[in-house]
Order: sequence, then structure tokens, then C-alpha cells
Amino acid sequence: MSVHRSSPHDSAPLHVGGAARYVDDIPLPRGALHLAFGLSTIAKGRITDMDLSLVRKALGVVAVLTAEDLPFANDVSPGAHDEPLLSDGTVHYHGQPLFLVVAESHLLARKAARLGKITYTEETPILTIKEALAADSRFEDGPRVWSKGDSRTAIKSAPNRISGRITMGGQEHFYLEGQAALALPQDNGDMEIHSSTQHPTEIQHKVAEALGIPFHGVRVETRRMGGGFGGKESQGNALAVACAIAARLTGRACKMRYDRDDDMVITGKRHDFEIDYEVGFDQSGRILGIEFDQKTRGGWALDLTLPVADRAMLHSDNAYLLDHVTITSHRLKTNTASATAFRGFGGPQGVLGIERVMDHIAHTLGADPVDVRRINYYAPMQANTAAAHPTNTTPYGMEVTDFILGEMTENFLESAAYVERRREIDAWNAAQPILKKGLGFSPVKFGISFTLTHLNQAGALVHVYADGSIRINHGGTEMGQGLFQKVAQVAAQTFGVDQAAIKITATDTAKVPNTSATAASSGSDLNGMAVKIACDTIKNRLGEVAAKHFGCAPAELRFEGGHVNSPSKSMPFADLAALAYQSRVSLSSTGFYKTPDLSWDRIAGKGRPFFYFAQGLALTEVVIDTLTGENRILRADILHDAGASLNPALDIGQVEGGYVQGAGWLTTEELVWDDKGRLRTHAPSTYKIPACSDRPDVFNVDLWDAPNPMATIFRSKAVGEPPFMHGISAFLALSDAISACGPKYPMLDAPATPERILAAIKRARDEL
Amino acid sequence: MDIEFLLNGETIRLTTAPTRTLLEWLREERDLKGTKEGCNEGDCGACTVVVQDESGIKALNACILFLPQLHGKAVRTVEALGSNGLHPVQTAMIEHHGSQCGFCTPGIVASLVAGHAQGRTDYDTVLAGNLCRCTGYAPIIRAAQAAEGTERPEWIEEDRQKLSTLTTPAPFAPQTSDELAAWYVDHPDAQLIAGATDVGLWVTKQLRDLPSVAFLGKCTDLQDIRDLGDHLWIGAAVTMTALRSALLESHPAYAELVRRYASEQVRNAATIGGNIANGSPIGDNPPALIAMGAQLQLRQGDARRNLALEDFFIDYGKQDRRSGEFVEAVLIPKIVPDLKCYKISKRFDQDISAVLGCFNVTVENGTVTAARIAFGGMAATPKLATHAMQAMVGETWSAETINRAKAAMDKDFRPISDMRASAGYRLGVAKSLFDRYFAERAGQAVNVLEVRA
Repeated sequence: MSVHRSSPHDSAPLHVGGAARYVDDIPLPRGALHLAFGLSTIAKGRITDMDLSLVRKALGVVAVLTAEDLPFANDVSPGAHDEPLLSDGTVHYHGQPLFLVVAESHLLARKAARLGKITYTEETPILTIKEALAADSRFEDGPRVWSKGDSRTAIKSAPNRISGRITMGGQEHFYLEGQAALALPQDNGDMEIHSSTQHPTEIQHKVAEALGIPFHGVRVETRRMGGGFGGKESQGNALAVACAIAARLTGRACKMRYDRDDDMVITGKRHDFEIDYEVGFDQSGRILGIEFDQKTRGGWALDLTLPVADRAMLHSDNAYLLDHVTITSHRLKTNTASATAFRGFGGPQGVLGIERVMDHIAHTLGADPVDVRRINYYAPMQANTAAAHPTNTTPYGMEVTDFILGEMTENFLESAAYVERRREIDAWNAAQPILKKGLGFSPVKFGISFTLTHLNQAGALVHVYADGSIRINHGGTEMGQGLFQKVAQVAAQTFGVDQAAIKITATDTAKVPNTSATAASSGSDLNGMAVKIACDTIKNRLGEVAAKHFGCAPAELRFEGGHVNSPSKSMPFADLAALAYQSRVSLSSTGFYKTPDLSWDRIAGKGRPFFYFAQGLALTEVVIDTLTGENRILRADILHDAGASLNPALDIGQVEGGYVQGAGWLTTEELVWDDKGRLRTHAPSTYKIPACSDRPDVFNVDLWDAPNPMATIFRSKAVGEPPFMHGISAFLALSDAISACGPKYPMLDAPATPERILAAIKRARDEL
Repeated sequence: MDIEFLLNGETIRLTTAPTRTLLEWLREERDLKGTKEGCNEGDCGACTVVVQDESGIKALNACILFLPQLHGKAVRTVEALGSNGLHPVQTAMIEHHGSQCGFCTPGIVASLVAGHAQGRTDYDTVLAGNLCRCTGYAPIIRAAQAAEGTERPEWIEEDRQKLSTLTTPAPFAPQTSDELAAWYVDHPDAQLIAGATDVGLWVTKQLRDLPSVAFLGKCTDLQDIRDLGDHLWIGAAVTMTALRSALLESHPAYAELVRRYASEQVRNAATIGGNIANGSPIGDNPPALIAMGAQLQLRQGDARRNLALEDFFIDYGKQDRRSGEFVEAVLIPKIVPDLKCYKISKRFDQDISAVLGCFNVTVENGTVTAARIAFGGMAATPKLATHAMQAMVGETWSAETINRAKAAMDKDFRPISDMRASAGYRLGVAKSLFDRYFAERAGQAVNVLEVRA
């Protein structure tokens, strides 16, 4: 089998030798130019004067462009046409690009970009959720509200009621490779773009619009990214368009890459949220009615805020059956960088909301948090027929037919020794006056599919050459997740050849058109299937050739071990390819796949937005210092559902990496803006992603090896985003440790920096 | 400047601007694109290279390493870390799935190869300066462990031998502290550069031009640590790495603080003198040194003067340093048995202190006979907690005395709020550190880094 096997990432030998090529590594033609943006130094206002004379005179500067110099569309938004590449005179956030410097080198462009003298009429910016609510500054007319049952009545009549609020910060992607693009002008006005992007097709569209040419005049290629995490879904548009404009103007190749500080200031981040909750529940902890009021800061432009906020609502239930629920979502417009996609895409924020509620209920009842969760779980897959559980539906009316967390939980609690460790930790805490340990348990059930239904499509192009070597191409992009490797395994499996026969090639809008972003964890589900369909088409043609040659029926053939075998004869795959060529049979095919059975009305909040759910469990043990709030993750156990994994090693890699990134979001990673709207944490010196020693000392990750009941590619499940939410268990563990300090519920906010932990300890002790 | 060094075994002679970085030169002039720019400030490690000189083999950040600093040394980039094919670390990284996006990988590999050559297995420390956003580090550690004990590549010895064949004289760089002293009196506006871990950022981030510089790397006498009987004389150009290894046994609390100072790559370049002379209120060395009662030795021409380190820091950005005068050495007591250093930051490794408290309290027969307590991050300069110290000396060593000292802290400090912590947290935690010190001396567990699951 080529699939279900832990082959290394196809680029690993290149990575470790420094030979893997990223955009900034591509050799440049002679005379190539380098770009940098001049940035606004206020958060809101009007530009009254731009004196760029010093910029133009600076060493190495070839051209300086403002909005007036743009020949066609001045827009780099993914759809709403509300993000000018260069300011049209209005300033919406601190760090907004105002003008573009084209210079002989990267350093000279950066130096010149700081010489602009901009005069503004400053206005008072809207920076916080509170300020945006007060000013009713929002996207869409008002809050979006979805409901199921009658939450108000259910809460009122419940024997127990609590309410609270959790705030959670945003998150900088900190892809190690910053944003980068390169434009190579072609003849006849065409443009070739190399972009570090998750969405080559969108880059193609934005560049074409900016150049005033049809889409066919722009070819975008992406071999790999040095990390994306959602931050390269729409945020690369500005660089690619700037390069294209400058390349058109100068006739020279143009490259732009953001310096790290510029990258962190200019580009969007994860949406921060404030979630208010009110919940009624019975003595066992079963939720009878619940209401969430979600408020998120979208920044100055729409970008992807609506689907992100939708997904936060869609994950407000997480693993729990809610009969009476109302979810309200406020999408607020602020003078900050436009928040954007980030692994989980609102899902983690929604999940953290209800996980907080679960812990709060358990604390209120003095119950075990795991018990409270289990009592609220959806009904399991086996028992769940529509007749048996007519109401096993999500708040948005989708029937849950594939819930396996109940069974997983039983196994997991045993393998992670939950009960014993709970007891040991209680004893340890009783003996320790200063340090306290905590345990946090969190399940995740994550919906797989783009909620914008039409995006759930993918194309592929497969060529078999006459020597039997195979070249595959598809619309998905490689950002480190191992998509190319998985898809190559799919192709090798289908043709029954060794993976060495498969060549994986860069994503290219000229090979597969009209692609969706590689996002929503959909990469291997969609592109794997499209490639398989293309391979099957060719395989069927080859089968006819072989059957005729062997004198058997095509159905009797087996493609395996690099051969095609009939019941009595065998020939190497390469010989069959040559024979097919000589027989004038086409050895090239496209493949096209669309996810079946989806329907979704996002305004009503009703339908079946997801094909299936990926699930998993995490248990984290932490220790905190009650004097300072310092803390460490000591151990993490994870059981994750990747279906019948296409590549267990790569999937475990996603789980480990997702966990640490999720824990980082909720602990050390703190974005700080000052009262002028300036981001104060715009470099790794001040913004702290997890370092090596922040990973758990003991880190046990297992896959729940059961095939996806839905007909996905080789019955695997998507794995990109769901494990991110395992990091929530670290946050809950911190809260648990704090609870060992006093009787009150700690109401911990995220990120749980030492300072927030210390404040929560005081709340637990009722000292505040 | 004319310099000569080894690049991947090849002798390179070139004329360079003094502040051109190795990273830019590798990528733009040599087309060695394997070494990556991740942050351009020495915080992410994507640009890590392996450098060998007479002091040994080490990892350094190429993004803030000026080319003249390499004179007479041998540098290896990710493209040339194996002798025949890949280094065992690289092979293990493939087999153990240690790379995902691959962008941090060259730097990770370089750090691990340097660690491998040194026989290191303290991977959390070896890799503290290498950020990876994809893997969660676990497979990288598995790879590092798998490569333990494998053979070192031949180039280590080959490069080492070849170093002696380099013939170009050093570019202008004082060879001794005497030469430096004489030159600096005549060029008081010049910038002295030792490790460039701070000055590097003036160039890569502030985009400053530095018209006149002197590299201190050849002043080997400033790299000495001398035993003066009661005191150790630590030359200003002693790197943090050399300092840590020298003080590991004698000053364990300080050595552990130094372990958490920046990262391996930065400690391999940064010097004790640089961390003092830059006058930062959040440098990690000064509070510890002040608590020890360190003396600073300043030199102007042939004239030397010593002063208590705390007196060097006058105000934010202002030090008691005269024109043409430089930090020559710092003197610390040979034994400081009661010293404890508590660094509070958002992340344990490679972070800047929100608060750093260093305690050195002598207790005899239950009575406090001396107290030196210094803080960083609490004021415009590293500073002694004078009132708190006064509240303790002569009193019994008790919780009551600790509480009085904590109360006195209100008179000592009025910290500010910034992106690292609020003023209230800083002052509150600074006080709590008195409790930690008291508890630790009573034998209680106070350090989350020492707790295991």
C-alpha cells in the first residue's frame, strides 16, 4: 500500500539540505527590482499631504507609486473591494500601505520607504470591541443570530444558572517565511507571478484586475510556502499586485518580501473574541439552555471576517448536544489590521467558548469536568438512527451521524490514566504551598468543508509519460502540511507504482484553473480525490490496452508492485505506458471533484454545511507558580481521529504542531496594541510563540484508526485544523491549577500570561 | 575592509563594508539560499550557521553577524554540513519527520550540528534560539536523539587545520586592550562592536549607517577571566557562553540565569561588556552583578577607574562613561553563596525580562547581616532595592521581615506598563519574589522548571 503509510515529506531531503526553494530563493533575472511599502503612522484620518521628494531622491530608487499611479483596480481584498493596495487618502489603521517604493535592492527600498513626509488630519480611531460596540461600528447591518429551541425559557426554568465572559486574544501567524511575491513580465503584456500564497487563483484574479487584463493573461505558480496557517490565504495579494504593477511599469522583474516587523504590522491576524455566556443546567451538569453572545474585532476591512465569525458560531456546540440555544455574533469594524484566516478559522474561538462553560458548570457543581462533558455529548454513531435520536442535531439543524467521541473518551481516559493522575495531583497540590498542578480535558468535533459551499471543488491534471513516469498537478498548495506527499501516495496507490515514479509539481493556475484556497483543512480531501479521479480515468484507458494485450477482461487486471497483472500474465507499468502510447491512447487526464450533499443558508443558520466531523481528545497537565503566575505544560496526551490516515506520520505531525500552536495562542502569544492603535508586539522579540522547551515534557499522541464513514479519499479525514483545538486543554489545565488556590471560579482569560494567571489566582482566592 | 575566512571549506578573501551582514552576503552574493531570513534580528534562528574558530565550534545567527567578525574563522552553511552527503542529523530529520514547511529547518539543522559536534544533549537549550511554527518541536527532538553518538563529519577537523593557513592580516581591529584604549581616545565617536547582537539590529532594523566602527574580536586579553583571589576579573569581551561555562560550578544561580539569557546563538556572540555598556534597563546581567556587589572597570587611554556597577547606570540611556572611555572588565566576588536570580518573562527561553529580581542576603544566627537586592525591568535603569534592603538588615530572618521589605518596595520602584507587563504586575511580582527567596531558602519547591509530570 502506498496510502496509510508513514512516508517522509517529499521535500524533506531538500529541507534539511537547504535546497528547498521558496519565493525569495528564486534566481532573479538581471536588473530585477525590489519593493517596499511606506506605511501610515496613524490609525485613522485623512492624508492632507504626501511629500515623497526625499523618497524619490534616495539612493537606488527607481520609482515611487501612490494610488493615483495605479492604472486599474486599486484593490487587494478577497472580494468586498474595500482594501485599496495604496491608500486612497483615507487611513484606516496604523501600518496601512500608503505608497510603494521600487528600488535596486531590498535594503534600499526599505530605507527609502521611511523617508516619506506624510501630513494627516487625525481622527479618533475605534480600536477595541467596547469602542466598536458603542459606535455601532460593524460589518453587516446588525448581529447575526441563530437559534434552536427556546433558550430563554429553558435557562429561566433550569435549576442552576450561571453566566460569565471569556476574552481571548488574536494570534500572529508567524509563518517562518514572511510574505513574498515575484513578478516576471512576459511578452504581450502577460504576467507571471511566483507567490507564497495558499490561494494562487485569487492572486491571479487580483493581479489581472490591477493590470486590466483577463485572467488568462496571468499565470501564478506556488511551489511551497514556509508556513501559511491561514495567513497566506488573502494576505499575499498586496505584494503580488504591487510586484505586477511595478513590473508592468518598469518592464523588469520585481520582487517584494516584507521585513518581519512590516509583516506583523501590515497583515491580519486571528480574530480576537469576547464571548458572554448564560447557561441553565441540571444537577448532573446537563445543559438545558444556553446563550452565547460572541463579539469579534474584524479590523478595518471585511476580508474573511464573515465566514470566520460564522464558523465560530458553528462550533459553539463543539461536542455537545444543545436542545435550546441562541448564538449571537457581532462582527465589529475597528481601526486595526484586518483580521484574517488562521488555522481553525473561528472554530477555536467558538469551541473555547463552550469549553469554558463546561468547566464553569463543573466547578459550580463540584463535579468532574470530564463527567460534565460526557453527559452533554452528542449521541454516538452506532446508536444514532434518525428514529432513535430524532434530535441529535446541531444548533444549525445538521444531524450528527458520525459522533465517536464517547467511545474514544473511554479508551482515552484509561490510556492517559486520568483518574489516577487526578488523585495524584490533588495530593500533590495539598502538599505544595506555592506551586499547583492542574489537569485540563478537552474534546473537539470540527466540521469539515468550506462553509461557502461552492468552494468545495477541486481539479487535477495527471500525465503518464511513455516511460511510465507520472507527473501530477492539482489546485492545492504545499505549506508544510505534506499535501503533496499525501496526494502522491494517492496517485502511486491508484496506479500501483512506487512513489518514485510520481513527480509532484508546483501549483500553477495555468495547469488547473479556478481553484479554491488551500484552507479549511480541505487540501487532501478535495485534491486527493480530484487526482484519484484523473488517475482512474487514465488507468481505465491503460486497462483497456492491457486487457487487449493479455486477452483478458479489464476487470481481471491488477495494478500493483509497478506491474499490471492479469490472472496469467504480467508486464511492467512502464511497458504498458509505452504500449498505450504506441496504441495512440491518451495518457493525460484532468480530474474534478466536488463534495457531495452540502447545503447551507448562512443567514438563517440552517442546513448541512459540513460533509463530516473530525474529532479528537486532549488531556494536559500543567504546573503554575502562585507567586508569579509562571507556568509550564508538563504532559499532554492526545487521541486524534484522522479516519483511515493517508499518512500517519504526517498526521501526527499536524497533531503535535497544532497542539503546540493552539497552546501558544492561549498562553504566551499576546498581541498588544497601544491607545494609538499601534501594535507593540511586532517582532519575535516581543511576540512569543512557543519555543522548544515550551512543548510538553511528556507528549503522547495517538491516532484513532477508524475509517471515515463518509466516502472520503481512502476513508481518511482532514487533519489540518482540528488538532489546533487540543491546545485548549492546556488553557483549561491552567484554570484547573488556579482553582486549587481558592474557592471561586477563576474566570481566566486568554492568553493566559503569567500576569493573567496571577490575576485569576486572586479571583479564585476572592482577593479582588 | 579586507577580510579572509573559510566558507564551506573554501578560502574567501574579500573587501567588505564593515556592517554588511553574513546573511545578506550569503544569499545575495554567493547564491547560498539555504540560510534563511526569518526575522532579521536574531530571534528566530532561521539564519543559523556553524562557525569554528580557536575557541571551538558554535552556532551563530548570520542575520546580525557582520562580515568582518568572521575574519580568520570558518563558517559552514546548511549546504555543506555533511562530509559525504548528509550529516547524520540531517538524515535523522528526514526519517523522524522533523521538517514540515522546511523554512526553519536549515537553522535547526545548523544548531543541531553544532550541538552534535559539542556532544550536547540539552536540546531545549541548544534549540532555544530556533523557532519552529509547524512541528511543535517533538519530532525534531526525536531526530536529534536518533543522531546522538554518530560520527562527526570530517570537515570539522579539515576546517580547523585550514584555519592556520589563512594569511590576510586582520582588518583594522585592535589586537589588545592597550591598542583599543589608545585608538578609542582618538575616535570617541566610533562604535565599538563585539558580538553585534545589539548593534546588529541598529543596522537591520533601524537601518542606521555606522560611519566609524571598531571590532573587538581580536582583543583577546578582554576575553580573559582572571582569578584575583577574592574576586574574578571578567574581561568585557567574554561571551555569555564562556561566562556561563566558567561560572557553572561557582555561581550556579547566575549561570542558570545566563542560560536563559537570549539563546545559544546570541550567547555565543554577545559579551558581558556589551550587555552592561548598552545601558539597557532590561539587560539580564546587571541586576545579578549588582546583587553580587560587582565592580565595573572603566578605561580611558591609560587611566582606569573602578566603580560599583549600580553607579554606572545614571538614567535611561545615560551611563557614567566619559568620552573615549570603555568598559574593560567587571569584577565579581568569587563566592556568592546566597545569590538567587529570578527572571520573569512571558516565555522561559529567549525572552526579555518583564521583571528580573536578584537576591543576595546574608543571614547569620537568624539575623540578616547584609542584603543586596537588585531589579531589572522595574525602573529606567537596573537598580538596587535600597529601602527594602534597609528594612531587612539587622532584622531577624523571618516572614515579618520579608513583609516589611516588600512594603518598602513601594518606595524603591514605580515601574511602567508596556507590552511585557503592567506596572501593577511588575511591582506585585517583584514583591512576591521576596517570598520566593524566603521559601526557597527554607527548602520549599518554588521553581516550575523543576517540576515533572
